[in-house]
This record gives sequence, structure tokens and C-alpha cells, in this order.
Amino acid sequence: MVQLTLPKNSKIRTGKTWPKPEGAKRLKTFKIYRWNPDDAENPRVDTYFIDLDTCGPMVLDALIKIKNEIDPTLTFRRSCREGICGSCAMNIDGQNHLACIYGIDEIKGDVKIYPLPHMPVVKDLIPDLTHFYAQHASIKPWLETKSAPPAKEWKQSIEDRKKLDGLYECVMCASCSTSCPSYWWNADRYLGPATLLHAYRWIIDSRDEATGERLDDLEDPFKLYRCHTIMNCAQTCPKGLNPARAIAEIKKLQVERQV
Amino acid sequence: MRYLTDRKRATGLGSARSGTGHFWEQRVSAIALVVLTPLFIFPLAYNMGDSYEAVRAAYGNPVNAIVAVAFMITAFLHFFQGIQVVIEDYVHGRWELVLIITTRLLSAAFALIGSLAILKIFFGA
Repeated sequence: MVQLTLPKNSKIRTGKTWPKPEGAKRLKTFKIYRWNPDDAENPRVDTYFIDLDTCGPMVLDALIKIKNEIDPTLTFRRSCREGICGSCAMNIDGQNHLACIYGIDEIKGDVKIYPLPHMPVVKDLIPDLTHFYAQHASIKPWLETKSAPPAKEWKQSIEDRKKLDGLYECVMCASCSTSCPSYWWNADRYLGPATLLHAYRWIIDSRDEATGERLDDLEDPFKLYRCHTIMNCAQTCPKGLNPARAIAEIKKLQVERQV
Repeated sequence: MRYLTDRKRATGLGSARSGTGHFWEQRVSAIALVVLTPLFIFPLAYNMGDSYEAVRAAYGNPVNAIVAVAFMITAFLHFFQGIQVVIEDYVHGRWELVLIITTRLLSAAFALIGSLAILKIFFGA
């Protein structure tokens, strides 16, 4: 059943306000969600102040600066710092985005940072993505073939390769799925926009020979048809992709093979 | 505590191998309603405030009567399909089944009652 309020032990309290740096001319306030599984405390929002003159331009730069210089206990995932690994997805200023490619100057007022919405939290800004990854694995995100392997490679025309553009770029950051209300209410059964975008990527791959089985596995009122084209996924995708379109294309193929 | 693997949880009971029929019917009934709704509302609004005999005569016209019956059946079918999706979205467990069955039976009942009322006027009973 849908839960519209947070459980008692998840209610967010006001946390610590850390001291301002001395002599700073361009101060920016960061309000960051904190939760530690090791104490029995409720989550809290800590306030940090950053001197923009001594900080890199991106939100991730500020987080790294906070961790290095102010509060080493602040916990978040990051790796490539250039929008290709998908590790640092979080809710910044009310929108899911990759912290490494989100400019601090794009945010008016205080920078509010929370973990990706509606996911179990491991610690601070780190959501538990176990189920999300298992759903991705369940659509068999690899080339499935039945013909004997060719001597060299599976060939693909330039036109067919172009169909994968706008799909293969997905870095599985989970921004789209965790922005989707249908995924919030039914993540146990609905596959969510990221997984369905990957499913479509293999369905329309001209080299893949499991198209029918893939469509069979998706034809389900929950796995696929929980998508109600709310379009939060396309709105939030840090890579500018459109998972809603991919889902609509899957639905069209499901109809096409029946009508 | 259940020792299920992550993959087992993600796969669940597997694909229902259905859902496209519901999706397709909802679209077709929506297209039908785009045509039927104005055709149903226009004679209704036109005869608003007219005498009892005039309204009876309006629905004695076979075109008006057929449109009205078609509207009743299509509108309640579309209504049920839409509500079913909302229930599946927000309600889980036993209440989901209870609500879906109730909505389905009520929708069928309203479609039948509406159709019978129109047919009764049409046949002048």
C-alpha cells in the first residue's frame, strides 16, 4: 500500500551548522542529508558553507571539498567526475542529477542535497541500488543469439546502429527510475524507466535474436504497463535521454505483434 | 527473514504474458469516446428543459438511442479499465482484489441500467 508519510524513525531533523570559512567573499550554503546506520539517530540535514573562490565549479567539487576540509564523515559515491560512471547521482535542488556535471552556479539560493528518492539509504547520500541492479540483470542486458557465431563479427548496418543512439549512452545512475512515481509505489514489480530503456536497447538491436522472448518477458501489467507516461524520467535524465519514449516503443511493438 | 536472492526478488512470479489487451482496449475505447461523447451530450443538452413527450420522442429516434447505449457501454468499460489501473498503482494485497472486483461489477451494473433505461424509452414501454 502507498505510504504517504515517512515512518517515525525516518523523519528528518535539523542537524549541525558547521562554521563559515574566514574571509570568504562568495559564500554558498549547502544543506545536506545525513544518516548514519551505526547510531540510533533520525536522519538530519547539516548546513555547510563553502567559499566558491576556493572550490571547483560542480556540486561534486563542493562535496569533495566538504569531505576533505570540513567533515570527513560525509559519505557519498563518486568515481569518474565527468558524467560517465553514474556513481554520484543524488537529489540536488529537488531534481535527480549527477553531482559531477551539475554546476553550483545553476542553483539559486541554498544547495539542498538528498539521496535519490524512495530508496533505502545505506548511509548519507548513498542509496541501496541492489534491487535496481537485479532488475537490470533480469532483462538479460547482453546480445542473445541462436545462429552459429560468424567467423568474424555480428554485422550491423549503419542505419541499424543509429537506432541504438539515445539508448546506449545510459550509465545506469538510477536518476530516472527514482524520479518515477510508478517506481516509487511499485518498484517490487515495475521494472522502471532505466531497466526498460536497456530492454528496448536489446529489443531493437538488429543482431539480437531473442526479440520475441524479450517482448514475452516484458508483457506484464506491472513489469511494463505501470508506466503511465508521467515523463519525470525524461525530465530528469542527466544524460538527456528519453526512457519514456523507449517504453512507448516497447508498448507499440507489443501491440504490433498482436494486431 | 527470507533468504531470497536479489535476482529472485527482481524476477518475482515472472511475466504475466498479458497486459497489452488491456492497454489496447483502453486506447480504442478512448477513441470511441472522442466520437460518442459529443454525439451523446448534444441531444441531451438540446432537449434539456423540454417537455416529457419531446424527450421521449428524441430517444425514440434510433440514432440517438444507439449512440446513447453505445456511450453507456463504452464509457463504463473505459471507466473500469482506468480505475483498475489506479487501484493497481496505489492499493496492494487483499484490498486490491476487493476494489477491482467491486468496481468491475458496479461498472457492469451501471452500463446495464443505463442501457436498459434508454431501450425502455426507445421501445416506448
